[in-house]
Amino acid sequence: MVAHAEHIPHRSGLAAFLSRWLLTTNHKEIGSLYLWFAFSMFFVGGALAMGIRLELFMPGIQLIEPAFYNQLVTMHGLIMVFGAVMPAFVGLANWQIPLMIGAPDMALPRLNNFSFWILPFAFGMLLSSFFMEGGAPNFGWTFYAPLSTTYGPDSTDFFIFGVHLMGISSVLGAINIMVTIFNLRTPGMKLMEMPLFVWTWLITAFLLITAIPVLAGAVTMVLTDRHFGTSFFSADGGGDPVMFQHIFWFFGHPEVYIMILPGFGIASQIIPTFARKKLFGYNSMVYATASIAILSYVVWGHHMFTTGMPLAGELFFMFCTMLIAVPTGVKVFNWVATMWRGSMTFETPMLFAIAFVILFTIGGFSGLMLAMVPADFQYHDTYFVVAHFHYVLYPGAIFGTMAAVYYWLPKWSGHMVDEWWGKLHFWTAIVFVNLTFFPMHFSGLAGMPRRIVDYSHQFQDFNLVSSFGAMGLGLTQVLFLFIVIKTIRGGEPATDKVWESAEGLEWTVPSPAPLHTFETPPPWPINETETHEGAA
Amino acid sequence: MRGLCTLLLLIVPQVVFAVDLDMRQGVTAMSQDIHWLHTVMLWVCIVIGVIVFGAMGYTIFAHRRSKHPEPANFHEHLGVEIVWTLIPVIILAVLAYPAAKMLIEIEDNSDAALTVLITGSQWKWHYQYLEHDIGFYSNMSTPREQINSCGGWFLTDTFCDLPDGDSEAGKAERDANEHYLLEVDNPLVLPSNRKVRFLTASNDVIHSWWVPDFAVKQDAIPGFINEAWTNVPETGTYRGQCTELCGKDHAFMPVVVEVRTEDEFDQWVEDQRIAKELASGQAVADREKTWTLAELVSIGEEVYLANCATCHQPNGAGQGSTYPALDGGEIAVGPMAAHIDRVMNGKAGTEMQAWAPQLSDRDIAAVITYERNAWSNQPDDNIVQPLTIFESR
Repeated sequence: MVAHAEHIPHRSGLAAFLSRWLLTTNHKEIGSLYLWFAFSMFFVGGALAMGIRLELFMPGIQLIEPAFYNQLVTMHGLIMVFGAVMPAFVGLANWQIPLMIGAPDMALPRLNNFSFWILPFAFGMLLSSFFMEGGAPNFGWTFYAPLSTTYGPDSTDFFIFGVHLMGISSVLGAINIMVTIFNLRTPGMKLMEMPLFVWTWLITAFLLITAIPVLAGAVTMVLTDRHFGTSFFSADGGGDPVMFQHIFWFFGHPEVYIMILPGFGIASQIIPTFARKKLFGYNSMVYATASIAILSYVVWGHHMFTTGMPLAGELFFMFCTMLIAVPTGVKVFNWVATMWRGSMTFETPMLFAIAFVILFTIGGFSGLMLAMVPADFQYHDTYFVVAHFHYVLYPGAIFGTMAAVYYWLPKWSGHMVDEWWGKLHFWTAIVFVNLTFFPMHFSGLAGMPRRIVDYSHQFQDFNLVSSFGAMGLGLTQVLFLFIVIKTIRGGEPATDKVWESAEGLEWTVPSPAPLHTFETPPPWPINETETHEGAA
Repeated sequence: MRGLCTLLLLIVPQVVFAVDLDMRQGVTAMSQDIHWLHTVMLWVCIVIGVIVFGAMGYTIFAHRRSKHPEPANFHEHLGVEIVWTLIPVIILAVLAYPAAKMLIEIEDNSDAALTVLITGSQWKWHYQYLEHDIGFYSNMSTPREQINSCGGWFLTDTFCDLPDGDSEAGKAERDANEHYLLEVDNPLVLPSNRKVRFLTASNDVIHSWWVPDFAVKQDAIPGFINEAWTNVPETGTYRGQCTELCGKDHAFMPVVVEVRTEDEFDQWVEDQRIAKELASGQAVADREKTWTLAELVSIGEEVYLANCATCHQPNGAGQGSTYPALDGGEIAVGPMAAHIDRVMNGKAGTEMQAWAPQLSDRDIAAVITYERNAWSNQPDDNIVQPLTIFESR
């Protein structure tokens, strides 16, 4: 490891740059690669969303033809889910998990390099489909058969290969994280002493390893239906298009939690730090996360209530889905109890974490409403659903990631974030995120189906507000890019501890964190006096 | 602070009860029950939200460092944890009961007075009245000019080169059209106060038939038949849309249902029977007649614009490889037999559907003749008579 690092500076220019980033096995460098990759995909996916919102600005087709609109919708979903949210969480895991458990690196560093470098190829291939004959995939990120099998454009095969590659990347990443957590904790750190972020990622890794292969199976079946004469999803040959939906959502629902559990972990790190009070109910937080993960495997049918599911199935999936509200509620109550009678300050990470809790809960409320089958018959496939999952994903997963970046960026870069800019970002984001997504509840309740390129006059006002909000939200994230670059380039130097009452091993190493940390395992529990010296 | 609270108390109920913001109540007992369930759920969520966010707001306000410099030290309390696990369980159990009861009622498809088979295909609905031997297609009737007109858009015409569009007039028509995108040529006609059973099926991809005012949303899945039912107490016209992404023109697949009194409905059924007899007489006359090129081309243009132009474009230029150009197209200028076959039977695995069951002999003959004479197309074999189409069926 050391010899490797010394060897590199002898090269110069592009070769050095390439060999450093292409061949790196360092968890911090790979973490940065993941985060920058996710950030760039976030802007690509965001640009597609801008196209969608521009077209929906008013009734009529102005800019984007229906066939291309469907491609935008599909690619926006795929890129945001697989290209932005998931790699961002893996990037955070790469940077933070070794630092938080006192490990020198990830357990499988070469595998780590491989998992990352698959991604640019997977997404390069997926994005290149925009330039192919017949255009990019146009069947929605859920790629329901037979729209994706018999009727899919030629680029569907590139999409399938791309999904396989992303899947391999995710599974390898998850294995690495799991092995690291199980084997490389500093001696003495018990599982039930791990920081919540590590816990939620451990559970997420289990979800990834079990859910992604199901997705791989689904795309493979689509591939063989398309080219090798099978009829898994075609009634003509004895198959069943609804079976596709069962398989897809058996992956898809755990996937939803893959995209939110690390966010729960982040909120559980940040809120105690700025409340200056230990996390309330650590054990119940862990159990609640595990319950959510387990329940996520028995609720997939709630995406399919209108497919003609038998009554018994509808009742089963309704009850199981409602049950998820219980552990989720426990988490929210615990966060509030953590804040209760603390001594709070509201730096940017705390603001994002609080917004995460509130707005995610709003998404949770609409989720509970969607669970009620009779009501779901009215909500299903309308903008109410679009509002619901964007509330869970944008102020949930993405605000969670932003909170994490604001929280740990001083540790990564050695510079404090300029609070004025951070707060400006927060307040603009919070205004625009609600302006974009809240009116979607109303357009959905009024009867606007999702994934439509044009709509009747009754939905005009809400769409105008949503589109206006979306443009602002897009600009806001350019501000985020500016803040991140500004902080990396300079700013007030960060102390080792960064935040006055931050707890955990990551705050015992210098800021910026040197390339190699914890080459010898740190003592556990943390020696408090030593830490304070470091901070001073 | 108190002023703000009063203001919120005044505004919030107004907003919540404003019709525009709420789920549509609909006209059937089922849709009103569902609206009730929705309202109950909404209020449960609002109350929980007010309590949780209220506690959070209070702590944010009262336990800031400037007001509360010394943090408390508690971080565990089993009793509290049990309470806030059990309370949600109880609330959920209470909510689950009416939902389950309602669901059982919704799924009871028995004892229907009338059964309609609804078949989706890209991008239209077909309605078949199983008891009455009546069947017809229902296409969106909003003209393309209204959809594709950009007038008034701030990016103006520079970015707006969609065929058929570009006009202020089109935009004005769109703005004046109260039922823009939600109007069809042949609505589904139903009797009021009778239990009607819907069977849904599909010819190609998955569609979903939805009328919000009935609270009926049922997927139409190729190879399978689903069931739903309604009983509409009030006459009137009800509008909905396809809600499952079904390809390019998913947005242009409206559902319009006209509910009439039972007597009016029975009369309509009789009218349909007479119309069908007349049409079959007309069809015989059409195929016995030898049509001139001009006659067929003029009918064919109308048929083309109504059915073909959405993909192949009014100018026959098509859209990429998915929707091939007909202007100079291999089939449009190739042998007549292949052209007839493609129009009548479609191309499997593509959005080119079989038109034989959808159009009359005359219309198929006309559209083929039109395609072979329009734009730059000038094949030798440029006219086909309805009789030939009849014989090819």
